[in-house]
Amino acid sequence: MSHREAAVIMKRELRAYFTSPVAYIVIALFLVFNGFFFFKDFFYFRQAEMRSFFQRLPLFFAVFVPALTMRLFSEEKHSGSIEILLTMPVTTYDAVIGKFLAGSVFAALSLAPTLLYMITVIFVGSPDPGPLLGGYIGALFLGASYAAIGVCVSSSTKNQVTAFIIALAVNLTLWLMSNVTVFLPSKLRFLEYFGIDFHFQNIAKGLIDFRDLVYFLSIIVIAVIAAVKIIDERKK
Amino acid sequence: MISASNLTKYYGDFRAVNNISFSINEGEITGLLGPNGAGKTTTLRMLTCYLKPTQGTILIDNVKTSENPLKVKELIGYLPESAPIYGDMIVYDYLLYAASLRGITDSEKKIAEIALLCGIREVMHKNISELSKGYKQRVGLAHAMLHDPKILILDEPTSGLDPNQIIEIRRLIKEIGKRKTVILSTHILSEVEATCDRVIIINNGNIAADDYTANLHSSSARQNRIIVKITGADYGALSRTLASIDGAGPVEELHGGALTGASVAVSAGKDIRPDIFNAVKENGWTLYEMALEQQSLESIFRQLTTGGENHES
Repeated sequence: MSHREAAVIMKRELRAYFTSPVAYIVIALFLVFNGFFFFKDFFYFRQAEMRSFFQRLPLFFAVFVPALTMRLFSEEKHSGSIEILLTMPVTTYDAVIGKFLAGSVFAALSLAPTLLYMITVIFVGSPDPGPLLGGYIGALFLGASYAAIGVCVSSSTKNQVTAFIIALAVNLTLWLMSNVTVFLPSKLRFLEYFGIDFHFQNIAKGLIDFRDLVYFLSIIVIAVIAAVKIIDERKK
Repeated sequence: MISASNLTKYYGDFRAVNNISFSINEGEITGLLGPNGAGKTTTLRMLTCYLKPTQGTILIDNVKTSENPLKVKELIGYLPESAPIYGDMIVYDYLLYAASLRGITDSEKKIAEIALLCGIREVMHKNISELSKGYKQRVGLAHAMLHDPKILILDEPTSGLDPNQIIEIRRLIKEIGKRKTVILSTHILSEVEATCDRVIIINNGNIAADDYTANLHSSSARQNRIIVKITGADYGALSRTLASIDGAGPVEELHGGALTGASVAVSAGKDIRPDIFNAVKENGWTLYEMALEQQSLESIFRQLTTGGENHES
């Protein structure tokens, strides 16, 4: 594995995002939905804050990130181009990490326009900088974790729609784990720690805790290793 | 250059390739020939490290594929069947991407050279998804040769092309084959005759024949057939007469037309045509046609591949 190959693959995938309309549509939808909720709060409730934006983000990203990552391997498997990719002097790790990085970077880029909300909020109100910074740092980890899951699922199927739906289901399960524990007996409350929302909200409070970062990093590492195993499974 | 020993590949319970061994010398153009589903693509995929053999070892330029796949991948340029290259890129960007993935330094110069060789200069700024099959195949070929590999592996390089494109691609392969070791798979016999120095015929995952194309032709000369068409007798009489001639092999009936036809196999180096003529004359039949049929690669192929199936069933 080397950085160069993964970087080349990442660049190609990012370029592919910008040459296809799908990614623009997904980003536009993401911004429209977020913009609607943000400005509803802003004008209707006269709240100049981003707390609700970050509260919705784990759910929104759970839907949008799989739409970005679904094609990464499925399309290659469908067209057969994966055969060319994997017979070039690259390891399966290079390919998976390149694609995972492309998905993460694109998810991060889709957040860039929301910095306008932050600027608006800073101008109009006097927000606490901790949650803003924490929110964006958490958002990057959140996007990367969902992207890793998306890449892993995409590596298992030729069908992009299947890849989208399975990744969505996995993401929603992780999200729900933080949010349904209220209904569970107290013995099962520990399940909360497996939920993605729980860890994201911790960071979004402005408290960047090592444990929360470890949670996101473990998701990424597990998903990347699983994707490599799934792709190498074909060899057997 | 390439040596495969005891290669076996199972997909679950299905045995796609069964214990085959072959070695290919440097500078040869080798055709891997076989009916569809014979195991050609599986064999090529094992050579290119896309698939792991269930059993057996492959040495490419003295490097084991199982030990150093990255090194092997550097030595090989591979064009999979129907050239599945990214449709969302323009040709130039695609080649640039491949060059940087392979760590080629003077990529612009390299791309210009390869574009000239493969005849894709006029489509360099077209989207790959808009290319015709012939151009797409050539871009795939350019991609495979970009890093100047010692070995070029092409899976059905001419399938789906029109006759002019086929001739063009074959010419290109012959041109490249002067400097490189080439393996191509095909189920078209004339392709092997036209381009390859050597042919490995695969059937049901087994090697049915492995020889130089020239040798196959001369060995096939030993199995020539003579076609005889007469009137004045039925097939039974004709076949008895033909079979009684010294040097004649099995006789087969030829159907069709008003004439009584038979085809008789002749053993090596023996010409029995004068004997046939005399026999026909003695019986008072009328000879309409007598022709020596040299067995083509096609009939060898048919014999080997259908014969193999009969053995197993």
